[in-house]
Amino acid sequence: MTTGSSFNSRPPPLHPAPTVRLVDASLVYDQTVLFDHLSVDICSSGWTVLLGPSGVGKTTLLRLVAGLETNAEGRAESDDGRPLEGRISYMAQQDLLLPWLSLRQNALLGARLRRKNSALLETRADDLLKKAGLASAVDLMPSACSGGMRQRAALVRTLMEDRPIVLMDEPFSALDAITRLQLQDIAADLLSQRTVLLVTHDPLEALRLGHWIHVMTGRPARLGDAIIPDGPPPRQVSDPNLSKLQAGLLTELAEAARETSI
Amino acid sequence: MTKATAIRPLIIFAGLIAIWQMIVSLTDVPRYILPGPADVLGAFDGRFDTLAENAGITLIEILAGFIIGTAVGMFSALTMTYYRSARRWMMPVLVVSQAIPVFALAPILTLWLGYGMESKIAMAVLIIYFPVTAAFHDGLRRTDPGWIDLAHVMNASRWSELCQIRLPAALPALGSGLRVAAAVAPIGAVVGEWVGSSAGLGYLMLHANARVQIDLMFAALFTLATMACVFYFSIDVIARRLAPWQTELTLEKEDR
Repeated sequence: MTTGSSFNSRPPPLHPAPTVRLVDASLVYDQTVLFDHLSVDICSSGWTVLLGPSGVGKTTLLRLVAGLETNAEGRAESDDGRPLEGRISYMAQQDLLLPWLSLRQNALLGARLRRKNSALLETRADDLLKKAGLASAVDLMPSACSGGMRQRAALVRTLMEDRPIVLMDEPFSALDAITRLQLQDIAADLLSQRTVLLVTHDPLEALRLGHWIHVMTGRPARLGDAIIPDGPPPRQVSDPNLSKLQAGLLTELAEAARETSI
Repeated sequence: MTKATAIRPLIIFAGLIAIWQMIVSLTDVPRYILPGPADVLGAFDGRFDTLAENAGITLIEILAGFIIGTAVGMFSALTMTYYRSARRWMMPVLVVSQAIPVFALAPILTLWLGYGMESKIAMAVLIIYFPVTAAFHDGLRRTDPGWIDLAHVMNASRWSELCQIRLPAALPALGSGLRVAAAVAPIGAVVGEWVGSSAGLGYLMLHANARVQIDLMFAALFTLATMACVFYFSIDVIARRLAPWQTELTLEKEDR
């Protein structure tokens, strides 16, 4: 683990981030088959985005990879054969900050829970908080912060885990448009070498951040072929290609929503 | 706001005393039925040592009962949270312990533990145990599942999940349990004293009543009420300190 203050000069990780494959994922809820023997590839060192209408089962897939889902079946494995446990960090739609800890302490929650806190980690947390625009807020309690600040702190907490696989479940959906764009930029920058799975219902977010975008539709759900936008993320909102792709995606999603609701 | 909060109880207190005096003057009720404020003040002055001695004993009973009851209640709540079989076995016991009125148990406790402080402490423990256990257990079980997921992905041990997340998250609930316990602890101690004892404010009240020293009885009642109030508000302050993040939220709401 590196603790340098400049993030661009960090050496590449010892093990490259693995490809994660979720196989045989099945979920039956209330006698409805949400998905059946579904497989998802989350490719190494890039952002895989699952896009789909709500209720299609995106979150369940992500939680299966995280090892948090007990109602669905499926197994997640990595291409390097090593277990996934301890190599995943997770960010949810709610910030999940602990109200009795300051933003800095929240950012260091992983180390606190594993009882491995150190001065080096604290320096790194302060650096990351600064990079996320929270330099003057590190000692504030979450209740004194805006929703945007809290979600920034949650992002820093996710980054502090410094793990090769990052799972994000609609992490920016509760934010206003401007804050959302800012946080997308920060996340794309700091997670560029990781294997990321992002679940979202926002086509623009998918197109800005995704290397591979899958639309999840139907009941039982299927995954569409990967859409691969040009250029490296984070892509600019003003990019005309993006607008064209977004229009296509919105049509596809509208169709998917109709299909799912039947 | 704070100034008004400080003055309001004083005004209420003075008002009640005035009404009391009015009733005594207007109805000409005999002193052995309702003594006036001046008579009770006289009893405070003349029998201060007796009052202080008995108040000390009752206070020890309340405090010891509160501490033991809280400790046992917290331990039970933790055990029930972490061991499903313990929950199955202890829940009926808990419910039964509440179904039998403590007042009905008082003679038995006195029979077993004697006329000394032990039986009164046991009464206070019994009456405190349920609110503390129920509130703390509830708090421990209602941890935000998102926090637990987070701890799981972060590879937290069960122990640090308990210490860092479940326990602090349950502190506001524990605080409400402690407040209820602080309010009922004096009841346990005094009921115990009424059933059989040779010391304490409850004993003093019965004793004074039998000797038609109603002024002393009232003085003992006031001492008890004051002690109970001070005790309750001290616990309230401690409960707020336990979970300052919670207090901030409620205070803001109250102000609006």
